[in-house]
Amino acid sequence: MRELVGRPYHELRPRLGKDFSVAELVEAYLQTLEALEPHVRAYLTVTAEEARQQARALDQRLAAGESLPPLAGMPVALKDNLCTRGVRTTCGSKILESFVPPYDATAVRRLQEAGAVVLGKTNLDEFAMGSSTENSGFFPTRNPWDLDCVPGGSSGGSAAAVAAGEALAALGSDTGGSIRQPASLCGVVGLKPTYGRVSRYGLVAFASSLDQIGPFALDVHDCALVLQAISGHDPQDSTSVDLPVPDFVAALEGGVRGVRVGLPTEFFGEGLQPEVRQAVLDAVRVLEGLGAQVEEVRLPTLEYALPTYYLIACAEASSNLARYDGVAYGYRSPRARDLYTLYSRTRAEGFGPEVKRRIMLGTFALSAGYYEGFYKKAQQVRTLVRRDFDRCFHEVDVLATPTSPVAGFRLGERTADPLQMYLADVYTIPVNLAGLPGISVPCGFAGGLPVGLQLVGRPFDEATLLRVAYAYQQATDWHRRRCPLQMG
Amino acid sequence: MRITPEVVERVARLSRLELTAEEQATFAAQLSSILEYFARLDRLPTEGVEPTSHALRITNVFRPDHVTPSLPVEDVVGMAPQAQEGFVVVPRVLEAEE
Repeated sequence: MRELVGRPYHELRPRLGKDFSVAELVEAYLQTLEALEPHVRAYLTVTAEEARQQARALDQRLAAGESLPPLAGMPVALKDNLCTRGVRTTCGSKILESFVPPYDATAVRRLQEAGAVVLGKTNLDEFAMGSSTENSGFFPTRNPWDLDCVPGGSSGGSAAAVAAGEALAALGSDTGGSIRQPASLCGVVGLKPTYGRVSRYGLVAFASSLDQIGPFALDVHDCALVLQAISGHDPQDSTSVDLPVPDFVAALEGGVRGVRVGLPTEFFGEGLQPEVRQAVLDAVRVLEGLGAQVEEVRLPTLEYALPTYYLIACAEASSNLARYDGVAYGYRSPRARDLYTLYSRTRAEGFGPEVKRRIMLGTFALSAGYYEGFYKKAQQVRTLVRRDFDRCFHEVDVLATPTSPVAGFRLGERTADPLQMYLADVYTIPVNLAGLPGISVPCGFAGGLPVGLQLVGRPFDEATLLRVAYAYQQATDWHRRRCPLQMG
Repeated sequence: MRITPEVVERVARLSRLELTAEEQATFAAQLSSILEYFARLDRLPTEGVEPTSHALRITNVFRPDHVTPSLPVEDVVGMAPQAQEGFVVVPRVLEAEE
């Protein structure tokens, strides 16, 4: 049944219950997971027994003649910052190493209600802070295309799991690129929905004005299926917007004739790997060949987006992470003398260096004497970044850019210099500042590593993004390539 | 912008982070170079620009004041590193009077 692995769900679904059972599909994925996990290390927790049980229950419903929900039997992985009732949720941090949430995140609950079978929880940079998954408090994950390279981050475990055939789809979270950048580096599809499209209830908070949950999948069709399942208003998250959710699968067809695609000049400048530039421009030419109108646009605030993002994200993180104090849940230092050292030693022992660095940076930017010059300034520049995008979307329907300035990098290559690591997200960050939807789709290779094309759309217009990305995949086959590791 | 060890110490205290001397020195150097890069924001004039705190165009969100069940107390207190009779145990907060 190994032949089932690596095929998109929408192709498998019509054969489900005829050519193979849910249990067989899930078992095929669990076997791949077991075989490849020692090399890739995508998972922090594997819930194989629960998955098998769930698969058997779905097969029984099939046998009883019931019609199954839209994602029935889809073997999925969840980034380990999504709360799962009864299953430990570490956030990649020692401070939450043994935290078992008493409730499910809304996106997780919806995915399970749609019939998806959870295989486990995936590795991430601690508290989703990083671009390589090397900041995990437990171990780094490796890129299935080249085990000496990083899978990107922070949702590196989810991206690597889908790329290696250790899950058919996955959920991640994207605060500054943490879905799109690892999707690009691992050669899979990754989508960050519009801020407010998917409920954040049960997502461990990093930067609340930027965080958004989204899917990883083998192709755009599967991506639309998962997005459909998790989207929509949730009373538990007051920033989830009460707008109708369109039929994303129905929106795939229609092509790109007449769609205006903008190329922001600033995204093709200094620091972009030449092979990545070529692959992205080739992809744009494909869209043009399909009838899209391509034009150059300007986004002059790009160079200011990175510092703006890190000031805002760190400020919000310093506040959100204040809750890890050793009192109500999580790790508590055994060396506490009094209440102050209970806090300060618990945090010193529980957090890793990048989390400490960002808490310090955020606390500094919010502290008396620096607030106006740093935090407020960043919020004002955020307004200017938004205006730049608004202006672009008067001229065009979607923007096309590289997802990452480089196809990938090796483990250890950027860990010594935090700023170099921050620059990995230079093209994805502005999208979060403006709260827009963005998708990364595979569009070629550079030095044996996959390259991603990023498409960015208007707020709540994921449908157009998916339609353009789908048209591209109908005309190309980069998304059908599987890493040699998976092919055995 | 140069971040002195004194600033690092003050920020660490505000952050409730106990740092080793080595961490203090590393953070002083790293935060200095990060903030130096961030100083490019000063080149962009922002006088009179409204700050953006989130990307949505919504302000207050209201819901009906219905009582719904909350999580069981034992589930919640059960997560605490130290608990006793339904309460979370912490070091003494107020000093006992002599």
